[in-house]
Amino acid sequence: MKSLETAGGLIGRTVERVEDAGLLTGRGRYIDDLPVRRDTAHLAILRSPHGHAEIRAINTSAASALPGVSAVLTGDDVGRLTRSMTVGVKANVECWPIARDRVRYVGEPVALVVAENRYVAEDALDLIEVEYETLAAIVDPEKALATDAPVLHPSLGTNLINERSFRYGDPEAAFATADHRIAIRIAYPRNSCTPIETYGVIAEYDPGEDAYDVTANFQGPFSIHAVISRALNVPGNRMRLRTPPDSGGSFGIKQGVFPYVILAAVAARVAGRPVKWIEDRLEHLTASVSATNRVTTLEAAVAADGRITALCWDQLEDCGAHLRAPEPATLYRMHGNMTGAYAIENVAIRNRVVLTNKTPTGLNRGFGGPQVYFALERLVHKIADELGLDRLQVIRRNLVPADAFPYRTATGGLLDSGDYQTAIDRACAEGGLDALRLRRDQARAEGRLYGIGYATVVEPSVSNMGYITTVLTPEERAKAGPKNGAQSVATVAIDPLGSITVKVASVPQGQGHRTVLAQVVAERLGLPLEAVRVNTELDTARDAWSIASGNYASRFAAAVAGAAALAADRIRERLAAIAASQLNVTADRIDFKAGKLFDRDNPDNAISFGRVAAASHWAPGTLPDGTGQTIRETVFWTPEQLEAPTATDGINSSLCHGFIFDICGAEIDRTTGQVRIDRYVTMHDCGRILHPGMVDGQVRGGFAQAIGAALYEEYAYGGDGSFLTGTLADYLIPTVMETPEPLILHHETPSPFTPLGAKGVGEGNCMSTPVCIANAVADALGVEDIRLPLSPSQVSEWLYGEERPPSKPQDSTPVATGASGERLLTGSGSADVVATRESVWTMLLDPNTLKAIIPGAHEVRKVSDTHFRAEVTLGIGPVKGRYHADIRLSDMVAPQAVTLSGGTEGALGSGRGTGRVTLTETATGTRIDYRYEAAIGGKVASVGGRLLDGAARVVIGQFFQALARHAGGGGPPSAAAGFTQRLLSLFRRRR
Amino acid sequence: MPRMNAAQRHVVDFTLNGQKIRAEAENRMLLSDLLRHEVGLTGTHVGCEHGVCGACTVQIDGKPARACLTLAQQVRGSDVRTVEALAPGAAELSPLQAAFRRHHGLQCGFCTPGILMSLDALLREQPDAGREEIREHLSGHLCRCTGYATIVEAALAAAEEQRKEETPNA
Repeated sequence: MKSLETAGGLIGRTVERVEDAGLLTGRGRYIDDLPVRRDTAHLAILRSPHGHAEIRAINTSAASALPGVSAVLTGDDVGRLTRSMTVGVKANVECWPIARDRVRYVGEPVALVVAENRYVAEDALDLIEVEYETLAAIVDPEKALATDAPVLHPSLGTNLINERSFRYGDPEAAFATADHRIAIRIAYPRNSCTPIETYGVIAEYDPGEDAYDVTANFQGPFSIHAVISRALNVPGNRMRLRTPPDSGGSFGIKQGVFPYVILAAVAARVAGRPVKWIEDRLEHLTASVSATNRVTTLEAAVAADGRITALCWDQLEDCGAHLRAPEPATLYRMHGNMTGAYAIENVAIRNRVVLTNKTPTGLNRGFGGPQVYFALERLVHKIADELGLDRLQVIRRNLVPADAFPYRTATGGLLDSGDYQTAIDRACAEGGLDALRLRRDQARAEGRLYGIGYATVVEPSVSNMGYITTVLTPEERAKAGPKNGAQSVATVAIDPLGSITVKVASVPQGQGHRTVLAQVVAERLGLPLEAVRVNTELDTARDAWSIASGNYASRFAAAVAGAAALAADRIRERLAAIAASQLNVTADRIDFKAGKLFDRDNPDNAISFGRVAAASHWAPGTLPDGTGQTIRETVFWTPEQLEAPTATDGINSSLCHGFIFDICGAEIDRTTGQVRIDRYVTMHDCGRILHPGMVDGQVRGGFAQAIGAALYEEYAYGGDGSFLTGTLADYLIPTVMETPEPLILHHETPSPFTPLGAKGVGEGNCMSTPVCIANAVADALGVEDIRLPLSPSQVSEWLYGEERPPSKPQDSTPVATGASGERLLTGSGSADVVATRESVWTMLLDPNTLKAIIPGAHEVRKVSDTHFRAEVTLGIGPVKGRYHADIRLSDMVAPQAVTLSGGTEGALGSGRGTGRVTLTETATGTRIDYRYEAAIGGKVASVGGRLLDGAARVVIGQFFQALARHAGGGGPPSAAAGFTQRLLSLFRRRR
Repeated sequence: MPRMNAAQRHVVDFTLNGQKIRAEAENRMLLSDLLRHEVGLTGTHVGCEHGVCGACTVQIDGKPARACLTLAQQVRGSDVRTVEALAPGAAELSPLQAAFRRHHGLQCGFCTPGILMSLDALLREQPDAGREEIREHLSGHLCRCTGYATIVEAALAAAEEQRKEETPNA
């Protein structure tokens, strides 16, 4: 470190981070880097290839027998040793971290293997045989509500797991008397902030004390600790949870590691040794967590001048296959600020939560904000357009007045501070809005597609731990007891040499908390930055913590750094008293600077900090009466403004409310449909800024993730529940090339509710930027129904309409979709064989012949006379995978005809189908005719229909051609076979 | 190359950060796993294991390479450099590393080692690299924290500093 910063002025300065030297030299300590016990084994997880299926049987014997495997667990084993995870709403439904009788999303854990290393564990996964009976899947939240929709949880009887309606003010009257009613409908997609480090867990179990000890890169909230302990059926003090020193990013996502904490803990218990699991990227994309997708209809009652008098929200939240804690929190986090930055008196809300065959959702940067603000800010644009008013004028007309803070919103939020009008004025002036408008006009004059969008957002931070209970009715809440507050904790300790250690339960994931805490405490105690060392590892068995602990809801600067300041102040007060007695002055005259305590009126009358600080250790008897020790001070701080929901459902869901106003200029390429961000201005009011460099980093990072959400990223599902974006080649994260540079502006209004005046800042652009870009694109194209991500293909559809079918169809068979959304294929063909009907018949029923002729078969086993099992490797286009096939024979008329039906499944997809084979005697031998109908689902179905149809035809053709060859002969009787023959001859030559 | 048995571990002799290393690996073991779990150098991070994110980038014979797409056996006889080799001394940072710290070119630091190894190779091979070359090289890396701008600034500053040092009288 190049300079020794001394007293004063540390807060608010961009000092270099204390974290960086280690991280830059490869000395970070992330979970996969930590030393483990020598007998630690490795966990791998078998996951469902189906979106929805009953598990008929699991055979783990071959996996258990593999050398190096120490345990194999199924859902039944986990069920015996744990309890269902707590569900946050009143509903007759269980929530397990592993499938029991049924799988409900692609990637759901089905079995666990513990082995000497990950390679062997994954070998064993391949040996587990699972018999599934697939069920119709449902992925669309609106269709999931239909009376005939497949139901995920039979005990629930419906997919609608929760519904609540709210009413604030008099929305009916406002709508009845409004000049205009203007509505918009939004379908917000799923995405995830995908940290570059995946989940990791190291777990061990002590049977002597019936206690678990788990290290996980969990981020909080530590209310989840209670969920884990309950599921493992131990008191909280027997579920020790620790976090590693470093974490490779989270953005909310690592809250979702907790089901794996449970699984690894149970696996360690069964295996009798510590177990380590590091999630791989494919697992992470498929089955960690994502944000919710949401369908929203938002209507406004509007006066002629654009003033909004009421909002009516109808939100349908899709939480995936299980309602995992803390869901449905995504739907309720914004509840206190559902009116955004606007003073709107009357609000009606209907919130519904639906379950579908998708991965369960969880925390994700912005948490609920992107979904809400996309609807609200699209609507504000639409109101202006429909009324023929200037959009900025409509925004300004509705803002909460600058003199109204703290402002109580209709839904119960308490907006702490702000001056939205000035912030907007400054953003327009300093962001160059007039020049941008000229640029747009010029572009349009040249025939280019250019638009300008705005977004006005209130960014909540420091969540009220009671907000989620708004999902309960007031009666249910009364019964359960009030929930509220948010305990932040910080400890400041002084060692015998007088140096300072700060300990917090903030669980940073790369933000730089250690640096900021050192700044805060060093400034308070008049010390150089280096005199303070900060530890942010959390150990629930040793450290001070509470349910609100952790790194989420942008709570660090406002709450945790504030608690550290309060702890430092308490120590400072006592140190001042000790110094005062030694310097013979009163304590109020003592000042702290440059490592000294001195009389403000006579600075020469001074004593070194170390001497005063160490007195509690070395000479406690010399301390003035009533001073107490200065060895360690722990402060728990919970703000009084975070009250429980009121009897009328008012809730101050967050302590702080920052403000963001964004301006986006975007151009759309007419030819490609590509959206280019030409200019982006983002104005922030995050209260007092503690470290400008880190605030800048938070804004840029959130902005880049929002660019991804707006333009590239979507967790996409096929109609059968197959997951279509399971690699980083499918789920497109912006690189440096796709990330424009925003102009970042600040307008600080310190929060009166936090010790340092700071508010959260990290999540805002995830809320404001997607809708700001969408508003710019809507402005450029004149399209209302803007859906994300704004990919070139999506935008082209608006530019040119849907792609027309090719003028020369390659396939005369119309492509159909199966009941559960798979792709249906049909076809037929024939082959001539120089063999008798009887010998062909015998071959068809012989496993050895089948092994020789089934393309890619490794093994064919005869289960019964009419039932075969096969292992095959098939490559279709770029997607090569190993599949288990199950073939049954029926309607047998020997030796003339037989129906083959069966299914095949593997990690990349599944197929099932039936084929009727008839054998006819000919002059030279036997003619084999076949026709088939097949349904294909999963990832393999996404490689493209034409490719798939052709490939299926080739594979099925190969089978019969091989049969013909095996029987000694065969010609090319059918049209499709010509290509097949050429292909086959290629293979033969290679052999 | 001798014929190897898939069921056995085989010796891999190579140079790692200037030191001769003899390790053992199954044929299927990835270089990333060898470095991290056999040798014990955990500075090389694994983010995707399918070659997209770039976190595992090391230098093999001076060229940046994905350790997750390289089998351990492939580096027999090669010169491998990882992030642990960049700093000139235990308590020092290289100019590139120092520029990252100065410009806040990292937050969680998980993608950083791979980015440093790519940029280190770039600045060695193209000392005059400007913004566009740096961006081009960075496009092989994913960072979820920073939004990239500070990484580009750090690299530009390091390149500038390197040029000054090489032409002290300029």
